[in-house]
Amino acid sequence: MTATVNGAGVPSPAGDDVLLEVRHLVQEFVLRDYGGAKGGVLQAVSDVSFKLHAGETLGIVGETGSGKSTLARSVIQAPRPKHGEVIFDGQDLVRLPYRALKSVRRNLQMVFQDPFSSLDPRWTASRIVEEPLIAYGVGTRSERHEKVGSLLERVGLDAARYGSARPRELSGGQCQRVAVARALALEPKLILCDEPVSSLDVLVQAQVLNLFEKLRTDLGLSYLFIAHDLALVKQVSDRVAVMYLGKLCEIGPVRDIYRQPLHPYTLALLDSIPTPVPPAGKRDARSVISGELPSPLDPPSGCRFRTRCPRAQELCAGEVPELRALGDGHLVACHFPLSSGRPPAAASEQPDAAGTPVVASKVAETS
Amino acid sequence: MAGLLRDRGRRPAAAGTTADSAALASAVGLPEARTDSSPLLDVSDLHVTFHGRRGRVYAVQGISFSIGRGQTLAIIGESGSGKTVSALAVMGLLPDSAHVSGSIRFKGEQLVGRSEHDLRAYRGRNVAMVFQNPERSLNPTMRVGTQITEVVRCHLLLDREQAHERAVELLRMVRVPAPERRFHEYPHQLSGGMRQRVVIAIALACGPDVLIADEATTALDVTTQAQIMDLLLDLQSQTGTALVMISHDLGLAASYAEDIIVMYAGQVVERAPAGELFGDVRMPYTQALLDAMPRIELEPHVLLPVVGGRPPDLSAIPLGCPFAPRCPGVQQDCREQPPRLAEHEPGRWWACWHPCGRGAPR
Repeated sequence: MTATVNGAGVPSPAGDDVLLEVRHLVQEFVLRDYGGAKGGVLQAVSDVSFKLHAGETLGIVGETGSGKSTLARSVIQAPRPKHGEVIFDGQDLVRLPYRALKSVRRNLQMVFQDPFSSLDPRWTASRIVEEPLIAYGVGTRSERHEKVGSLLERVGLDAARYGSARPRELSGGQCQRVAVARALALEPKLILCDEPVSSLDVLVQAQVLNLFEKLRTDLGLSYLFIAHDLALVKQVSDRVAVMYLGKLCEIGPVRDIYRQPLHPYTLALLDSIPTPVPPAGKRDARSVISGELPSPLDPPSGCRFRTRCPRAQELCAGEVPELRALGDGHLVACHFPLSSGRPPAAASEQPDAAGTPVVASKVAETS
Repeated sequence: MAGLLRDRGRRPAAAGTTADSAALASAVGLPEARTDSSPLLDVSDLHVTFHGRRGRVYAVQGISFSIGRGQTLAIIGESGSGKTVSALAVMGLLPDSAHVSGSIRFKGEQLVGRSEHDLRAYRGRNVAMVFQNPERSLNPTMRVGTQITEVVRCHLLLDREQAHERAVELLRMVRVPAPERRFHEYPHQLSGGMRQRVVIAIALACGPDVLIADEATTALDVTTQAQIMDLLLDLQSQTGTALVMISHDLGLAASYAEDIIVMYAGQVVERAPAGELFGDVRMPYTQALLDAMPRIELEPHVLLPVVGGRPPDLSAIPLGCPFAPRCPGVQQDCREQPPRLAEHEPGRWWACWHPCGRGAPR
């Protein structure tokens, strides 16, 4: 049971082959009062821009209500965003007519959080995986059946045994494998995963994560991987974007973000992760943020994190911080970034600095 | 009986008319420092079997644990390992289809086989539970304040005004901002973290000696999770409540508990102090759980070591070790004889014929 590093053999995503570019994306929802009167506008995604290269995995983290899922849905144009551009493979999806959009969506597939509610309970696993093939008129019936068989095998399900099973006869992990097979059916270039493993047990979660990893290396897939668990996002991502209340706080290469978070919110998220390291005074050294996510109906002026930020100053209330680069591809939207990384007092407490006990020595070295 | 309503009730208790419930009621009181070393809650050889239409399910197969005042115990395991069923057995909340045998003693009082009437007097005041999903454990049609006053009026027999006072005080205790205003709000007006705070307030309303938190933070964000866990531990240090946390998250258990019990297929497979367990795991199942966890120290794109297979079907008690079919270090004797949980080293219990780590006989 030793960990294996296989990331080294994968071609670096550093090239200019941008697969997906999101520019100033805004998604709003109008809230209705009694009688349909306009009650307010909820800006779920507010001026978000990022690029995703071919073969790359971009992890998106944030709390509930930070707009992660809305962002993914805006990318696949369901529903269409209010403003901004979503350029996928050179085409702006926001301005694409529906028919053309349908053909582009072949290359954009989604895997959802709850495998039981995202699969039709009355359909068999084969039928579920076959559906996108039928919808896009791929192949003849026998070709499709052959393809479904190979897809199920690819995600680690025995087609002969599970092909005719219905979701209720499958475990959570098996259901999620079926959902992944369905997403793979049209050979997409990008898969958007919205919390794909958070409803699974830890052993099953590891199996499904490994499956995602295997598919990435075998098929050269790109992922937009949404999760609230930072350790999990680190596992799968090349770059990570941190969202707070509809805005991007920080985006950068995964190693930089975890080694030297620049946004106070990222640091707070990192410090909130419980680790199986004996606590020994660590609890007191953490920067746990207090308070709650403010209402997205009435976000704070200036920096949206300022109401919970331990470093907030007057400037933060008056001026919206723009994303700016501090380091190679490492962008942060903060007036007072943690440029020196963690505060020196906390640094010595960090397990990755001191090295964790036996547990960590079993796996690849951190730096 | 005098201690029963100390500091919060001014009316004499009407509960405790029978000898049994009087004995239970005498055990209520406010938690305070006690010197007796006998455990508060002692579960031994607990079996829970469900009798269904399709046969029996042996959900819990002889687990034992005990917890004393002010201690924190974590029970970890996958879904279906019997964590929640054990907790419900302790609460006396299992359905009629469940057959409970063994012993659950609360301050020396045997709870197994008690009538529902007795258990009602015991629940809430002595042992309370926080469930996973605050959306489901709160009544959406009732104001949160009413849901708290309901508890204190029923168990502590306070009048309306005292109950209101107590509820606001509880909301303040669990750090709900503007408790007077929140008192009149409905659950949907609160965020997930706030709702869980309300659920905790309800659980703590009668000053229980033992609080069982069943995946209390699983549905919450990491930042909120840290806030709620810190809150629980702070309240624990104030009141001396014993905390049983049930979780599937090893990191969480290690960060907050003193002792950890690992359950698999209805059995305890390893028990150890939290500080020792993760540096020196003995049971291969615990090791597998630990290895499968994505950790912040790992490099990106590392494949996690996984064990295949699924937990065994609990409708039959397996012949050998329940983990044998999935265990990477399985030997012939594992399949033939079930290993018994035993204290192999001081404080370290495991049920394995061929333990890993330093426990491995060479």
